[in-house]
Amino acid sequence: MNSAHKAGPVKIAVRSDNFHLWRGRKDRLASKIIGLGGFVVIAAVLLILFYLIYVVTPLFLSAKMSRTVLTDNPAWLKSETSFLALEEQQQVAFRITENGSAEFFRLNGLELLESTEIVSGGRNVAVAMGAQGDSGLVAVAFEDGMVSLLQNQYSTDFSAGVELRKIIPKLDFPYGSGQRELMPGGGITGLALSDNEKELVLAVAGTGGRVRFERSLKREDFLSGEVSLEISVSALDVAFEIVAITISNDHRWLYLGDESGRIHFISTANMEVIQVVQVSDTIITSMNMLLGGISVLAGDADGNVTQLFPVRGGGNQYSLKEIRRFEGQQAAVTRIVPEQRRKGFMTVDADDNLTIFHSTAGKVVLTEKLSGQPAALALAPRASGLLVLYGDSPAEFMDIDNEHPEVSFASLWSKVWYENYSGPEYVWQSSASSNEFEPKFSLTPLAFGTLKAALYAMLFALPLALMGAAYTAYFMSPALRRMVKPAIEIMAALPTVILGFLAGLWFAPFLEENLAGVLSMMLVMPAGLLLFAWFWTRAAQSARNLVKEGWEPVLLLPVLVVLGFVSLEFVGPLQDMFFKGDLRTWLSHEAGISYDQRNAMVVGCAMGFAVIPTIFSIAEDAIYGVPKSLSDGSLALGATSWQTLVRVILPTASPGMFSAVMIGLGRAVGETMIVLMATGNTPIMDWNLFEGMRTLAANIAVEMPESAMNSSHYRILFLAALVLFMFTFVVNTGAELIRQRLREKYSSL
Amino acid sequence: MKALAKWIADGTPWVWLNAAAVSASILLVAGLLLLIGVRGMGHFWPLEVQRIVYQQADGSELVLAGQIREEEKVTASRLRESGLEVAEGTEFVTRYLLKTGNRDVIGQDFRWILEPSIISTGKPQSMVVFEREEWGVFIGLLIGVREAGQLLEDADVWGSFQNRLDHANELRDEIRDLEKSRIGRVNYRLERLRLKQRGLEIKGRDDAAALAEIESNRIVLQKEYEALEQELGDLYTRLRSDAVIVTTVDGQELELPMSSIVDAHRPNQMNLVGKLGYFFHNVWKFIAHDPREANTEGGIFPAIFGTVLMVLLMSVFVTPLGVVAAVYLKEYARQGLFTRFIRIAVNNLAGVPSIVYGVFGLGFFVYTLGGSLDRLFYPEALPAPTFGTGGLFWASLTLALLTLPVVIVSTEEGLSRIPRSIREGSLALGATRWETLWRTVLPMASPGIMTGMILAVARAAGEVAPLMLVGVVKLAPSLPLDGNAPFLHLDRKFMHLGFHIYDVGFQSPNVEAARPLVYATALLLVVVIVLLNLVAIQVRNRLSERYRGLES
Repeated sequence: MNSAHKAGPVKIAVRSDNFHLWRGRKDRLASKIIGLGGFVVIAAVLLILFYLIYVVTPLFLSAKMSRTVLTDNPAWLKSETSFLALEEQQQVAFRITENGSAEFFRLNGLELLESTEIVSGGRNVAVAMGAQGDSGLVAVAFEDGMVSLLQNQYSTDFSAGVELRKIIPKLDFPYGSGQRELMPGGGITGLALSDNEKELVLAVAGTGGRVRFERSLKREDFLSGEVSLEISVSALDVAFEIVAITISNDHRWLYLGDESGRIHFISTANMEVIQVVQVSDTIITSMNMLLGGISVLAGDADGNVTQLFPVRGGGNQYSLKEIRRFEGQQAAVTRIVPEQRRKGFMTVDADDNLTIFHSTAGKVVLTEKLSGQPAALALAPRASGLLVLYGDSPAEFMDIDNEHPEVSFASLWSKVWYENYSGPEYVWQSSASSNEFEPKFSLTPLAFGTLKAALYAMLFALPLALMGAAYTAYFMSPALRRMVKPAIEIMAALPTVILGFLAGLWFAPFLEENLAGVLSMMLVMPAGLLLFAWFWTRAAQSARNLVKEGWEPVLLLPVLVVLGFVSLEFVGPLQDMFFKGDLRTWLSHEAGISYDQRNAMVVGCAMGFAVIPTIFSIAEDAIYGVPKSLSDGSLALGATSWQTLVRVILPTASPGMFSAVMIGLGRAVGETMIVLMATGNTPIMDWNLFEGMRTLAANIAVEMPESAMNSSHYRILFLAALVLFMFTFVVNTGAELIRQRLREKYSSL
Repeated sequence: MKALAKWIADGTPWVWLNAAAVSASILLVAGLLLLIGVRGMGHFWPLEVQRIVYQQADGSELVLAGQIREEEKVTASRLRESGLEVAEGTEFVTRYLLKTGNRDVIGQDFRWILEPSIISTGKPQSMVVFEREEWGVFIGLLIGVREAGQLLEDADVWGSFQNRLDHANELRDEIRDLEKSRIGRVNYRLERLRLKQRGLEIKGRDDAAALAEIESNRIVLQKEYEALEQELGDLYTRLRSDAVIVTTVDGQELELPMSSIVDAHRPNQMNLVGKLGYFFHNVWKFIAHDPREANTEGGIFPAIFGTVLMVLLMSVFVTPLGVVAAVYLKEYARQGLFTRFIRIAVNNLAGVPSIVYGVFGLGFFVYTLGGSLDRLFYPEALPAPTFGTGGLFWASLTLALLTLPVVIVSTEEGLSRIPRSIREGSLALGATRWETLWRTVLPMASPGIMTGMILAVARAAGEVAPLMLVGVVKLAPSLPLDGNAPFLHLDRKFMHLGFHIYDVGFQSPNVEAARPLVYATALLLVVVIVLLNLVAIQVRNRLSERYRGLES
């Protein structure tokens, strides 16, 4: 800077025009680049917003279906189909014909790959039914009452490269190729099959209300690893015609549907009817289990589908409850096909309408008119493809684009009755070990936890920050103010991970030990302070001269320390008197208030600490910026300085203070590390000060690293981030607008 | 009484309460810093080892040795509830948390002991605290040293132990050098060869000549590797040949291989100077060494290194962008609706929760951009992601976005302090706007820019939530900067001080043992951040003083 003054005799160099041209060009280029800089900031905000929206949108897009008509049915496909299945890659299908052959065929060109007669002798199939999930196990009941078990399996041949991989089908008889006679004399109308590691269960229904239930315990030989079956059969005869039969996956319950719209809930342990539930005024036309084998889906002649499952009541008694009813079909439900990986299902009605539902979301995902009443239909394991056979007319293949059926506004924000729960609840439980798990994506407990944490934080922070700001801006001596402001800045700069760590590992145990002491501080401190202040004003002038006006906070520092110490040390006798020795134990034993070590109070204090500087700085700026003329006028009229502050200064600065509070709230809502470390992170809904919570932000931090890209879970976490973004966006934009308005107002005064 | 009424009517009590709010805030900050300071320093201070004869619940006597870590008063009723016998009439019992070490012998590191049950205490001069590679510390007595299987007949056991320990440490340094840099380099080159071959295969250019060249290179490297492996084996044999014979305080004799011992000291023989020396020795070890035992022991060097590197990289991104945006707002843009929008955008960037940046960084940078980069430039490594997973580069970019408003606001403040007359003078002399900006305004505003950078660095150093999603790990196998070309590995995952605190404090299996280390890490982080902020405040104050004269 000094060089300008030191310059000696001035030399004027004449530069060429080119040089000035170049200067001009450089200047214009710089203007453009710098102009871009402003856009970049806006672009960054918009990019974040639109990227979040871009990821979230597919959750709310409706499902789509596109259909391909396959080539004309070849001769081998003319026979009636009893059972149809599709493998994972949607290249090969498996069917069982009415005359008892098992056939594998390629969808592309409808080429028959393999055909096997299940039992020699050309007997006709009565019913065939697959097991739940994707084991590929199928039970085939013949008209003479014999049942065969077989399995369609697939392996992939990669020898020609990943692109040209070939699916190699294989027919297997895992429980031997022999048959079992389940219903001597024949007349099987319905069949249910369930297989797990411990036992294999078959149930058949026959004409005249006959039910046979076969349980085969699996015994594995330790040496050879061979499995042998120990079979027991029980029978039940009912007084009605059975139209549908299913069993639960835990093999405890058997469900029978009858012609008058009732479902009979039967315990398999003693074959006793526990309960009869009327689900429809008309006949039950179709029944199936939802994935997981807990819920029964029953369709009736009016086109309604009802979901039911057993609910455990008092005394370990189960009762079958109607959970929800799906309306969407117009005519009688002819088929119910559950998805194999999700809690969705598909129905076909007598008017040839195909409808896809999702049970947890309780909604119709898609409706499509088929070309006719299907003769057979198979859903691919990932529910992304559907093969429909129509008998004479050409078969069709449907591509289904249905990625996120489990998400609806209701499933995110309302109470949902989940399987194995005794009633509708708000639950967040995103994943479990089992495939058959019903994901519970209720954002309500998380939003609740976020608000709870923010509320307690504001309760702690607001009085300290606003009162401190008022004092600092209006009463404090300038010299002290120059020291206090940096201290508050340091407070703002402290990383939240450190606050969270201290809150979780130091403050939480400390609070548990000294609960009564800390609570009593809230009373002792203000009272003690006022008492001190009163005696201070009565004290001798010489003593008071030690502390100049505007330096009171320094005087109060030791007072606060002493008061804090007093509250912590002398609360013991009071506790003995009122709370039988220990407030903490009294709370949980006598008052019935549960106490977690890492609770809302810990979070409130730690997060309050984090937002104090934010609120303090902005509020202090607003109060400090109030023009001096206003307070001078008020004081000249005889108001005390407190009256001036309350009646003149604060009303003028109140928009600024409001925006300070809003920005503080925005910070508390989005804070992650403190809540992550200082609470137990359990998503419960309870305002209890002594229990924890899980917030949206902490939930993202906990679950994001484990969620698979583009899964529903991933997108819902993005939705949570979008909610946080929108909340702070609104709050910050509002606060900034208020502050801009205020600045204009001050400058006009 | 009248005076009291007037005192209240004036509103003076409220003024006092407001003053108290300021005091309380200051007290909270000071208390917190003090707490971290004391506890953090405590981690490095060599505590004396107490020998305690202790009466157990069944009446038998137990001899313990350990360092007293905590002391607290518990109500007798609480102890009775948990099944301990406390003499009638006592209301409070003092109990100590004793760090006994010797986890491999007694199965636990820490135990609470009750004051009334202590029969006697003492501080034998010869107690030694051994720091070990695993199983935590060993506290006991040194009996003898074995060199190459031979018991040393030396009167000064401690001296010969120190001697052998130095020797072992030298060997350990050699091993570390061999493993980390030389073997690491060969492994890195082998991996590059594999990727090269895979790349040729994908492009269909894997003809015989190219493959033969790769193979011959591989054979050379394999040979080199085998030679190094041999050397390493020799070093390990030499390291493992020494051992020390020790006894626990109750007389159990053990032989510890020298290779397992990192350090040892005799706290009861140290005077204040010795302790102070050992304190700084510990501080150095903490800063310069790698962590041991799932991060609960040893140093935090990789975390410091990762934090610094990430923050530097972030500054490279954020400074130009922030300065340009601020210059646009202050110098170039016409103040109007558009600049208002930009200001709102800046405020929003500052207010958006940091975890949202993490989510955005993971989705946009890592999965979208990184995934595309992998497909375009690193197809040979797929399906293992190169940039399609969190790493140093994406973490720096995410934090650059997060700290952008800090730089903008601070630079703007710096620019607004510069009097108008200076710009007008420059323009009047015929300088273009760019020349005015580059030659006069920016140099004068540089303290403001510096402040912004420092504050951004301080913010980034303490931020954890977004980093958890975009590339921080609890233990990185190698540093992101090493001797293998291209030296700076932007795709590598890294360690971070803030995440270290979270991870060790909350995810580690032995929280009790790790707690002092967490306090020490927190102390380091707080010191760095407070210092950075103080410097920023100083620079800013200097700036405002400097131009006060010019404004009038």
